[in-house]
Parts: sequence; C-alpha cells; structure tokens
Amino acid sequence: MKASIRKNDILLIAGLLVVAGVLALVLTLSRRDGRMVVIRYGSEVRGQYALSETLIVPIENGQGGENILHIEKGVVWMEEANCPDKLCVQQGKIKYAGESIICLPNAVVVEISGNDELALDGVTN
Amino acid sequence: MRKQRTRQIADYGLLTALALVLSYLESLVPAFFAVPGMKLGLTNVVVLIALYRMGWKQALAVNFVRILLVSMTFGNAFSLFYAMAGGMLSGIVMILLKKTEKFSMLGVSVAGGVFHNVGQILVAMLLLETWQIVSYLLVLWVSGIAAGAVIGIISYETLKRLPAPLGHS
Repeated sequence: MKASIRKNDILLIAGLLVVAGVLALVLTLSRRDGRMVVIRYGSEVRGQYALSETLIVPIENGQGGENILHIEKGVVWMEEANCPDKLCVQQGKIKYAGESIICLPNAVVVEISGNDELALDGVTN
Repeated sequence: MRKQRTRQIADYGLLTALALVLSYLESLVPAFFAVPGMKLGLTNVVVLIALYRMGWKQALAVNFVRILLVSMTFGNAFSLFYAMAGGMLSGIVMILLKKTEKFSMLGVSVAGGVFHNVGQILVAMLLLETWQIVSYLLVLWVSGIAAGAVIGIISYETLKRLPAPLGHS
C-alpha cells in the first residue's frame, strides 16, 4: 500500500484549482448586463419582464407552489417561497445575463436574459 | 477455482449493496448543499475500494450496476442520465489515472470527483439545451475537488483497515 499522499496528488489538485481560477476569470469577463427577466415553469414560459422595471411578481405554479419575485433597479431576488428548503430565497440577488434562480421543489426557474426579447435559447418546446 | 468464483460473486453483491445503502444515506440530506448536484458522493468510496482491491473491470461493473439500481430506486429516467454520465466519466478517469501509477488514492479520487460533476453538467447542457449552466461548473468543479479529497481519505483509511483481499486481485 502506497503512502496516502504523493507529490503528484498535490500537483494535480493545484492544477485543478488553477483551471477553476481560469474558469472564474472567463465567467467574470464574459458576463453581460441582463435585460429581461424570464420566468419559466418547467419549459413553459410564464412571463417576462424588463429588468429595469420595479415589480413584485407573485408566481403560482398551479400545484400549491407559491413564490414571490422582486425586480428592482436591474436586480432580481426571490422574496418569499413556500417550498421547504428556501434555497431560492437564500440564493440572494442576481443581475447578470445567464444567471438564474431555481426553485426546484416548485419547478420554477427565473432567468436573466441578455436580450430585449425572449430568445429561443434555453427553451425547448 | 470454483471457490474463488463464488467469493467474487459474493464480493460484487456486498459492494453493490454497500453502494446502495450509502446512496440512500446521502439521499436523506438532499438540501444540505446550496447548489443542485453538489454532494459528497459517498458511494465513490465503494468504487475506489473495488478499483484498488479487485481491479478496473470489477470497479466499472460495480459502478454501472449501482448507478442503475440507485436511479431505479430513488430517481427517474432523468436522474439515470445524469448519474450515468457523471458516474461513468468519473469511473473511467479514475481507472486511467490509477493505471499511470503516478497518483495515490487521493489524487485519483479528486479527479473522479471533478469529472463526476463535469459529466453531469455536460448532460444537463444537452438535456436543457442551454449554455447558461456553465456558471454552475465553477462551483461544482471546486466542490468536486473538495468532495473528492474527503472521499479519497475515507477510502484510503477504509482500505488500510480491510483485513483480507477481496476476491482475486
């Protein structure tokens, strides 16, 4: 049985962390400001709003799931949810294109799009 | 010869059962981590032990069967896709890394943890037809390293304490 840790292991972990750093850099550099907020229930688009609006949007998924979304000055966050884990509320505020808040128990997806109109990417019919 | 074969069948069963139990245990704490897909991957202990104690074919077989069983028991068709992609990619990467003989269990496990998550993200991209989940990759990449390290240490300590060699090796 060989030793539990070898020099190559450290190199491997360091290398993987470097890749993570590069990934973080690329993601940071490539992010664009969001334009639209798209609310989806599964693959079905339930609504879309301009990110510049100030709105409180109640979302009901028709199966007892209720979320309350807040849109204000280019920032979006989930104010309330009746799901058990509240991960979507804890996720906090999002503002960049491509970011999303997902409430898995209620099957609600809130995405920020970089386009003014709803693009068809990410939506399968 | 016959005895050895019986022994081997018993070992397969034992490891697969262990993997199932560990999967179940882990499914009891679903919301423990903030990002979907982030988990410790306790069942990988079993795959690693199979890999080091029995060989790569056995490890691949145990891995395949446990993914199939776990998805049928606790999941659905979608979770089968995710689990298969993650588990198989991670399994193959671990086997190849072990074959180089340049890394210990820790390094092998860390690579396995990372590629498990890479596999899942790739399938999510295909199934959801979106690039947007790439942002999850960063979080899952780092958590894969951390989880892989913990699993690698657990596996090493477990293997050290196992008395007799499992099956033929």
